[in-house]
Amino acid sequence: MRKYVIRRVLLLVPTVILLSFLVFGIIRLIPGDAVELMVSEGGFADDTKELREMLGLDQPIFVQYFKYMKGVFKGDLGISLWSGEPVLSEISRRLPISFELALMALIWTFLLGIPIGVISALKQDTGTDYALRSFAIAGLSIPGFWIATLILVFGAIWFKWVPPMDYIPFREDPIQNLSQLVVPSLVLSLALSAGIMRMTRTMMLEVMREDYIRTARAKGLTGWTVVIRHSLKNAMIPVVSIMGIQLAFLVGGTVIMESIFVLPGMGKYLLDAITWRDYPVIQGINLFICTLIITINLCVDLLYGFLDPRIRYR
Amino acid sequence: MNEAVKLNQSERLEFQLEQIEPPKRHHWILDLFIQLVKTKPLGAFGGLLVLCMVITAVLAPVIAPYGPDEIHGEKVVQPPSSTFVFGTDALARDVFSRIVYGARVSLMVGFGAVGLSILLSTIIGILSGYIGGFFDTVIQRCVDAIMSFPWLIIMLTVMAILGPGIRNVILALALAGFASGSRVVRGAVLTIKESEYVMAAKAIGCKQWMVIFRHILPNVAAPIIVLGTLGLGNAILAEAALSFLGFGVPPPAPSLGRMLSGDGLDYMLQAPGLAVFPGLAISITVFGFNMLGDALRDLLDPKLTGGLGGRN
Repeated sequence: MRKYVIRRVLLLVPTVILLSFLVFGIIRLIPGDAVELMVSEGGFADDTKELREMLGLDQPIFVQYFKYMKGVFKGDLGISLWSGEPVLSEISRRLPISFELALMALIWTFLLGIPIGVISALKQDTGTDYALRSFAIAGLSIPGFWIATLILVFGAIWFKWVPPMDYIPFREDPIQNLSQLVVPSLVLSLALSAGIMRMTRTMMLEVMREDYIRTARAKGLTGWTVVIRHSLKNAMIPVVSIMGIQLAFLVGGTVIMESIFVLPGMGKYLLDAITWRDYPVIQGINLFICTLIITINLCVDLLYGFLDPRIRYR
Repeated sequence: MNEAVKLNQSERLEFQLEQIEPPKRHHWILDLFIQLVKTKPLGAFGGLLVLCMVITAVLAPVIAPYGPDEIHGEKVVQPPSSTFVFGTDALARDVFSRIVYGARVSLMVGFGAVGLSILLSTIIGILSGYIGGFFDTVIQRCVDAIMSFPWLIIMLTVMAILGPGIRNVILALALAGFASGSRVVRGAVLTIKESEYVMAAKAIGCKQWMVIFRHILPNVAAPIIVLGTLGLGNAILAEAALSFLGFGVPPPAPSLGRMLSGDGLDYMLQAPGLAVFPGLAISITVFGFNMLGDALRDLLDPKLTGGLGGRN
């Protein structure tokens, strides 16, 4: 196990270095006229020369890179052009909101996706199965932002329901806070749970054909004990691993939901930064999110290796 | 482990032998079509939806009763009627005509983005898989790095750098999608590279480029077709999301995503059709591509994973 952990972590090093090149390279791709736009529209500086100095664009590229990375290791992701505040402190203020939204969406995803997947597998090739599978493809085809818009429009017309405009932190009023996030997280989880449902169904079908399931039935265990204790437990392993892939999608989804339901999280921050062409913020958020995703993926991989010993010897 | 691999290879050989002399063989696309209709009715239905959408997009000027930007005087935010089937929007434009032209924009962006992304995936996947060794390792670490970017973040960042425009949307979508595609192509190449006919081709002294074009490329066509079909659904959704957020196709062009954007919420409360119809058009199109893609995947390459893993 230790060897596996070390190998996985070492494999991460080149990825993270490449990632930092990518994120760093992005800001260097800004065309000259964009810098001019930042001066004329954003009013970030008096002229392009000053702004280039502010962004550090006047120095040789590798000097810029090492300077930036030195800052990153000290916990400095740069300063926002728009607010003048350190990017990292803004991120840490908004991260809990996005994190809570994503976590709630994940909980919904498991609550919806796994039972539906199991039922669909148990009733394979019946009407129920077809209905549930079509529902899953629909879940993957219907854009989340459309469902959210429909909820806003018809919620207001039929039930006079309007989402609150001000975000209430969890510490101030937990119930109010959770009820505020129920709808966005549920909408966000629809497409995710469709993916999980399909994976659960496939894996359940595969596992249920195994000899040990027949053995379990033969020794007289009841239907549900076999399904939950023997099949589901083993079918869950790959399902956990695709959560890693879903994560990147989850981040995109939170950006959209935060924008629709006016939640002041990371996604909203990124959208504002893009609107104002606040490049240090865009760069900082990119680096932060990607590092976060890589780290979580590593944890998922390690967990996977822990759950399924075969993986370690590959 | 070794045994399993050997068994697979001999199975594959058998399978190839069976394929050498099939009884009566039409063109493979026709075969595929017949098989699709016979064994996958849902997939065929998806294909029909896709076909309808493509026809709508191509014949937009014939189907739409009005121009997409035609303003009808004072008739602002009207409910559906016999003159305006889906009603009118805040600028007194016919919603139905805008959706028809919007489908055109969606499909254009979708096909453009997927074409570009597949081209990149194929080139990178084939080179990485075929050359292998250190080159493969370097490319795969790059792909890892790109894949750890969430798709929406890549697109938003690319749009922030390039600025608005249809061409930039296509580029942003392609850049967000090509990395995972190249993984799939590489996987297919790794299997094909070891097969007997490639070895035979090398043994008789085929040049490298000939092996790639004559033997490898035709055999990765199946995963590429599946990738493309599922990718089109994804690309249309992604373009809609991007336009919805206000960073996609710029205003004069009708875009299904932007028609739903938050600025129009007040008008949607007066005429809910404004919120319903554009979303319905997006969903039906994407549903069609997903059903078709799923069926094609089952038919062409049951072992192909990925695709519908997770997206909106």
